[in-house]
Amino acid sequence: MTNHWIDIKNSDCILIMGSNAAENHPISFKYVTEAMEKGATLINVDPRFTRTSSKADIYASLRSGSDIAFLGGMIKYILDNKRYSEEYVALYTNAPFIVGKKYGFKNGLFSGYEKMPEGPSLGKYDKSQWAFDMDKNGVPKMDRKLKHKRSVFQLLKKHYSRYDFKTVSMITGTPEADLKRIYDTYSATGERGKAGTIMYAMGWTQHTTGTQNIRTMAIIQLLLGNMGMAGGGVNALRGESNVQGSTDHCLLWHIWPGYLKTARASNTSLAAYNEKWTPVSKDPLSANWWQNYPKYSVSMLKSFFGEKANAANEFGYQWLPKVDDGAVYSWFDIFDAMYKEKMKGFFAWGMNPACSGANAGKNRTAMGKLDWMVNVNLFDNETGSFWKGPGMNPASIKTEVFMLPACVSVEKEGSITNSGRWMQWRYQGPKPLGNSRPDGDIILALGEKIKELYRDGGVFHEPIVNLKWDYETGGAYDPHKVAKEINGYFVKDVTIKGKNFKKGTLVPSFAFLQADGSTSSGNWLYCNSYTEKGNMAARRGQKDAVNNIGLYPEFAWCWPVNRRIIYNRASVDAKGVPWDRKDWVVYFKGEEKDGKYVSRKWLGDVPDGGWYPLQNPDGSWRDDAKHPFIMRKHGHAQIFGPGRADGPFPEHYEPLECPVEKNYLNPQMVNPTAAVYSSDADAHATCDPRFPYVGTTYRVSEHWQTGLMTRTQSWLMEMQPQVFVEMSEELARLKGIQNGERVNVSSARGQLECSAIVTKRFKPFKMGDLVVHQVGIPWHYGWRWPSTGKEESANLLTPAAGDPNTRIPETKAFMVNVTKL
Amino acid sequence: MSKVFFIDTTRCTGCRGCQVACKQWHDLPAEATQNRGTFENPPDLSFSTYKLVRMREMETNGKLKWLFFPEQCRHCIDPPCLETAGDEEAIYQDEKTGAVIFTANTKNLFADEIIESCPYNIPRKAADGTLAKCDMCNDRVTNGLLPACVQTCHTGSMNFGDREQMTALAEQRLAQVRKKQKNASLVDADSVNVIYLIAEAPFDYHEFVTASAGAHGVTRHMALRKMVRPFTRALRQLA
Ligand code: SF4
Ligand code: SF4
Ligand code: SF4
Repeated sequence: MTNHWIDIKNSDCILIMGSNAAENHPISFKYVTEAMEKGATLINVDPRFTRTSSKADIYASLRSGSDIAFLGGMIKYILDNKRYSEEYVALYTNAPFIVGKKYGFKNGLFSGYEKMPEGPSLGKYDKSQWAFDMDKNGVPKMDRKLKHKRSVFQLLKKHYSRYDFKTVSMITGTPEADLKRIYDTYSATGERGKAGTIMYAMGWTQHTTGTQNIRTMAIIQLLLGNMGMAGGGVNALRGESNVQGSTDHCLLWHIWPGYLKTARASNTSLAAYNEKWTPVSKDPLSANWWQNYPKYSVSMLKSFFGEKANAANEFGYQWLPKVDDGAVYSWFDIFDAMYKEKMKGFFAWGMNPACSGANAGKNRTAMGKLDWMVNVNLFDNETGSFWKGPGMNPASIKTEVFMLPACVSVEKEGSITNSGRWMQWRYQGPKPLGNSRPDGDIILALGEKIKELYRDGGVFHEPIVNLKWDYETGGAYDPHKVAKEINGYFVKDVTIKGKNFKKGTLVPSFAFLQADGSTSSGNWLYCNSYTEKGNMAARRGQKDAVNNIGLYPEFAWCWPVNRRIIYNRASVDAKGVPWDRKDWVVYFKGEEKDGKYVSRKWLGDVPDGGWYPLQNPDGSWRDDAKHPFIMRKHGHAQIFGPGRADGPFPEHYEPLECPVEKNYLNPQMVNPTAAVYSSDADAHATCDPRFPYVGTTYRVSEHWQTGLMTRTQSWLMEMQPQVFVEMSEELARLKGIQNGERVNVSSARGQLECSAIVTKRFKPFKMGDLVVHQVGIPWHYGWRWPSTGKEESANLLTPAAGDPNTRIPETKAFMVNVTKL
Repeated sequence: MSKVFFIDTTRCTGCRGCQVACKQWHDLPAEATQNRGTFENPPDLSFSTYKLVRMREMETNGKLKWLFFPEQCRHCIDPPCLETAGDEEAIYQDEKTGAVIFTANTKNLFADEIIESCPYNIPRKAADGTLAKCDMCNDRVTNGLLPACVQTCHTGSMNFGDREQMTALAEQRLAQVRKKQKNASLVDADSVNVIYLIAEAPFDYHEFVTASAGAHGVTRHMALRKMVRPFTRALRQLA
């Protein structure tokens, strides 16, 4: 979330699309309800009428996988009807930038495309062809009037001119009248002082076009001037309480803590690594915050290797693993490699891939090809017991499985970081049961054992023996020590910015981190969370900030530097005056003399840098100001996004498996850069009469994730006892299916038995003359519980193919059949 | 002064946190259920289910609605169940809170008669004839806590407090909801301590949303029974 949960209450118009907030993020509805009480409009767009839809002022359905068409139509509507905030767009986004002549878009492909027959990516782009034109000083050329033919703004207009009502309706199956009503209502937030917000989740990410779904909305939010505003932003509702935290701390293969890049093999030295990943801007008005990259990477290395890291040995850079250039090591690739017997061992830590992973059948087979597997979890699950699951012959499976029982979150101390980026400290409740232990304890012990084994040498033992590993107190894992390590220390006496700091004291904020080895920080983004003033995340102050918009700056702590709404300097005009005078986020209140600002003072939230506003009260431009989007190299938000794998503008492509013979917007059917795997377990079927219905997966309020903690809970099982498939009355009639009866659902990859829920809440889609049916299944079940073994995972059906940027699977749109048993 | 619930169904998202909270606080066993082609489960109130969120889909003028009704005992101001039982040891009203409480002695009542007397079809019997229903979490309330279902509700659907405060809130919400939903109404506000705000016709939510006149309550037949009750009870106890 660029904003945070409470901030939803400040919105004038809430669009819930790609999420089912009422069911899956119930608490969010506290704030949605509050906003509605104050007059906000709630719009919900979803293939199925959900508990969220039941509360919406406006509901419309769309076929799964057609979000970019839907939102692309909104971009066109905003541009055609001048609903955009021109001042904001011209000042804060890259709409005025001039794109180089090499850029082009033809037949559904951007310039620079190359097919990759060897896979798994279908193809790739030479992104250098999308570069901006630069002036002689190396600053992007701009036309703030937005008239230049190759300005981002004009290219945007041209790109979405094809997304007219008729075409969009044909693709989405949404009636034109619904499209118009929603575009009109939402784009009204482009007015000065109004803010609209988007609440999305896996309904947008789990597609071969996942990243671009979100990019399309980000473009809308920028056009309407909704970024940085209270009640605005782009808000991802995370599917687990600590997903934000785990991503921040490098859950994913391609990033190190704090979104630093994983080193590539070609980054042969620390200097080369830092040079490669540190962006350079020649614009004096661009803060280009990532110019500090080396300070963060070196401080991280100091935190990893402590005193063993010094300038002479590149702070231990060579001890860290490098990934092959061009290679990908995502979840898909891990299970693909495992399936192809290229992996020997596997830690399934707090995960249940036998049920949670797309194409779960492939994952289950793959696990049978390992030598060993360690399952760290609260209870045994379908993963730990995969070898005795349905269709398995235990005698023929060699994998040795170890179970390490972990304790549950309330039995341990530590922090979680919620969707709103709030790091919240939690105290230990009851002590762990039996011989279960906190994850930290298990990792600590594991590390100690490995260190012991490598003490007398071994292949490439340096990283292991040199790893700083002093996180225990009294023989147990100490979460405070880890939290402090993440924040970071001064490792020698230093003077920075005129202030003296003693060796061994905690760094007050990342502005003080250094690239010379005098500071350590496990994650620069969290530097400021545990300081000499104490554990900021444990704060429980209930006082709001001066602007009274629910920032509660003394409750817990929020990255970065306790800024509750990021990009907040875009919430003010060039003179530092809020676009919205009522629910303002920051307000420049420096002293003024002869029409010029002479001192700096911001009120409200922690501003995105405390520089002067771009303009003085008399309208003159300042040369000591900075553009508000400080994390972007050029300081401007990106309507044109030349860094994405699949193009600088989002374009509609059909899901890998779809019900239509034709993409009505361009000749490419599928995202030409999608990740698609080709083992014999990766069958796909598009426009195939055997699988005529669109399938999607989702969650219900009553269960959580793969159900490990809920399927064993009788009160929850009482409410949602069995895996079900929801379908329209029309489809049920067609197939002769009675409400409540058990049916078979199958895809090119697998099948399972479900209870049919025949409901008015699913309706067939009319796409031109074509009628398309869609069904949906929750993915919370697995054969282990209930004991009948009949309630299986919906992921047996889903494809392990996905987005080229994130490798998130397309589990929201695939093709199935439904038959009577 | 009696305590009152104000249940605003227009804010209810059907999350069923209240349904689980009720079971948790009373440590009531789960029922063995099946998916019956609906999210609503268990299928009915029972001896071990005091709170049930009813879910109904309806379509009017092409507009689909999914209505949620968190059903529970209304803690009637003049409770027909209590009246019918006529046995303070079995059914009584807590003077302080207004809670209508069923005790283990309900075993000695004519269960079907009590059930029949309830205009909202709330009480349910165990195999041995003992009756049970929502107890207003009277143990919590008398110790200064909110009822478990109210405590858990995050949308503001479930509210609890003194009568004046709750009726004021109900009136205020009604006025506000009516701006968008013309048919909104408060259900039997003067005769119960659990006041529902609904936006559609009562029957659209569930059969027993209002006390349908005549069909229930203390009928003549029951009034007669009441007169002979002391004798029948004595007889039963002897047997
Ligand atoms: S907890 Fe509140 S919102 Fe959830 S079902 Fe109960 S009354 Fe409705
Ligand atoms: S609702 Fe029924 S059970 Fe509850 S107090 Fe009234 S009559 Fe008795
Ligand atoms: S008041 Fe208590 S007993 Fe009654 S429904 Fe709520 S939680 Fe259950």
